[in-house]
Amino acid sequence: MPETRYVRAINDALKEEMERDPKVFVAGEDVAIAGGSFSATRGLYEQFGKERVVDTPIAESSIVGLAIGAALTGLRPVVEIMFNDFVTCAMDQIVNQAAKIKYMFGGKPKLPLVIRMPAGAGMNAGPQHSQSLEAWFTHIPGLKVIMPSTVYDAKGLLKSAIRDDNPIIFIENKILYSLKGDVPEGDYTIPIGVGEIKREGRDVTIVATSQMVHKALKAAQTLSAEKIEAEVIDPRTLSPLDKNLIIDSVKKTGRLVIAYEAVKFCGYGAEIAAIVSEEAFRFLKAPIKRVAAPFTPIPFSKPLEQFYLPKDTDIIQAVKEVVAN
Amino acid sequence: MELTKEDMVKLFTTMLTIRRFEEKVSELFLGGKIPGFIHLGIGQEAVAAGCCFPLKKEDYIANTHRGHGQCIAKGADIKILMAEIFGKATGYCKGKGGSMHLASLDLGILGANGIVAGGIPIAVGAAFSAKYRKSDQVVACFFGDGATGEGAFYESLNLASILKLPIIFVCENNHWAEFSPQSTHMDIEKVAQKALAFGNIKGETIDGNDVITVHNAMVKAIERARRGEGPTLLECNTTRYRGHYEGDPQKYRPKDDLESAKSNDAIERFKTFLLEKNIVTSKNIEDIEGEIKPKIDEAVKFAEESPLPLPEETLKDVYS
Repeated sequence: MPETRYVRAINDALKEEMERDPKVFVAGEDVAIAGGSFSATRGLYEQFGKERVVDTPIAESSIVGLAIGAALTGLRPVVEIMFNDFVTCAMDQIVNQAAKIKYMFGGKPKLPLVIRMPAGAGMNAGPQHSQSLEAWFTHIPGLKVIMPSTVYDAKGLLKSAIRDDNPIIFIENKILYSLKGDVPEGDYTIPIGVGEIKREGRDVTIVATSQMVHKALKAAQTLSAEKIEAEVIDPRTLSPLDKNLIIDSVKKTGRLVIAYEAVKFCGYGAEIAAIVSEEAFRFLKAPIKRVAAPFTPIPFSKPLEQFYLPKDTDIIQAVKEVVAN
Repeated sequence: MELTKEDMVKLFTTMLTIRRFEEKVSELFLGGKIPGFIHLGIGQEAVAAGCCFPLKKEDYIANTHRGHGQCIAKGADIKILMAEIFGKATGYCKGKGGSMHLASLDLGILGANGIVAGGIPIAVGAAFSAKYRKSDQVVACFFGDGATGEGAFYESLNLASILKLPIIFVCENNHWAEFSPQSTHMDIEKVAQKALAFGNIKGETIDGNDVITVHNAMVKAIERARRGEGPTLLECNTTRYRGHYEGDPQKYRPKDDLESAKSNDAIERFKTFLLEKNIVTSKNIEDIEGEIKPKIDEAVKFAEESPLPLPEETLKDVYS
């Protein structure tokens, strides 16, 4: 299988889906001539032209509205919000409009649209360019939320997202853009709503999302040397959640650590902890632990940001605490 | 497109149907038969009727919380409309939307909207789609003067101008943004002046209570849109008789404002015009009234007799 980078996999998925279906178009800030601020849309303008690759003003609300109106009338838009943080400017269109249109109009409309946005800290991008806001969207019925951690998953899930008939929040990770990984030649998709066991283990389940999957795998390797075998699960799709994959794993290991990059309080990991408490409490041998960010904005300066970010060593410590029980 | 006598009678019938429909909704709401919030456009019928008349069935509209009139003018069945306002399973949205969220994609109604200016970006998306698909469709996007304070309004007009989209932004300027007069939220006299900010948008202010003027201006705007020359911001000066919502006592509103609004009644003016030009007789007018009344009664009967949705229906239609 050829090796490529995460951002290239996104780019290939867009290109292939646009070749496959003339109803697919791309719009957003700097996505056409400039090729996207992280190069995710590079080359699309040259191949498909200005009708299908549309540079928009810096106006997130109208970018999402463009997608909604186009999706309602037969197209399959993929729009880019340059940073996860900027989606705040489009929240009415996403939350009150896109998420609810099918339901409040009695079920008939289909709304096949994808809103891509890079999230995550670690680039010294500061408090307004680094957040992971996935939990805002998983809280809204009507949206599907996808957050891939690997090159293979990024491509396969983006293709599925573009072919899906629902509004989808597709959260990429800026640090992962340069990650290398293998992808098969030709077309493949990964089903939405299906998680994956990234590493099998018997002693503890670590559920991790996005960049934290890689930290969890690193932690698992370290722990293995100490005879602790961690099972690492990546839900890949946060909504709808493949909860049985997690529950079955917890039934096997009896221990759960949840690792996510967002602020711990009211984060996505809280929902996983609650589901496991409700549905698999009697299998738990130890309290559930969350490894996530402190309740602060994301600081700019290097030592501050490094302090802020949850690390593989934090996962190791959490695992040791639950295994000790 | 010159209006024939027959067209004028159709326009009058549409306006009167909207008026009688909304008067009935008001009566039923105050009588406790309709739940939730109701916003009526009584006094604004000429804008809905005049703008929708020259649209084709496949053209789109996007409208607002004060949106019964545009839906009727775009061809909605008043029985199904009334059923939705009652929250019945037979309504356009199976009772999931209600008065503020009336929609029918089959009729090109992309949705009334409970968020002020919320439908404007969506209308721009539909216009983009029409241009992309080379379908020759146009979009009429309705909103009030209050909506022109929202960021979504400026973002949307800017994008529509840049892409030269086939859209008509119809501002129903009733001079009241919920409870506040225009002077408190705008420092310019005309909403149409805002078109100057964008480049490709033609701004025009018209008498929105003169249905023929509205119709003729809309015809020009539609032609401009279909020719690919870009959007129009058509400001229709009109009058709101009722409060922001039904039950609003309008204590904030000077008495003479409402009285002067009513002296400029769009339906009375059109009726006088039709009689003076000998297009209709008094008997014709009576006949039209006589035809509308049983249709309204039938709509109410249909809504009242329709089943409520089953509680389990709550869980359906979230995803495709």
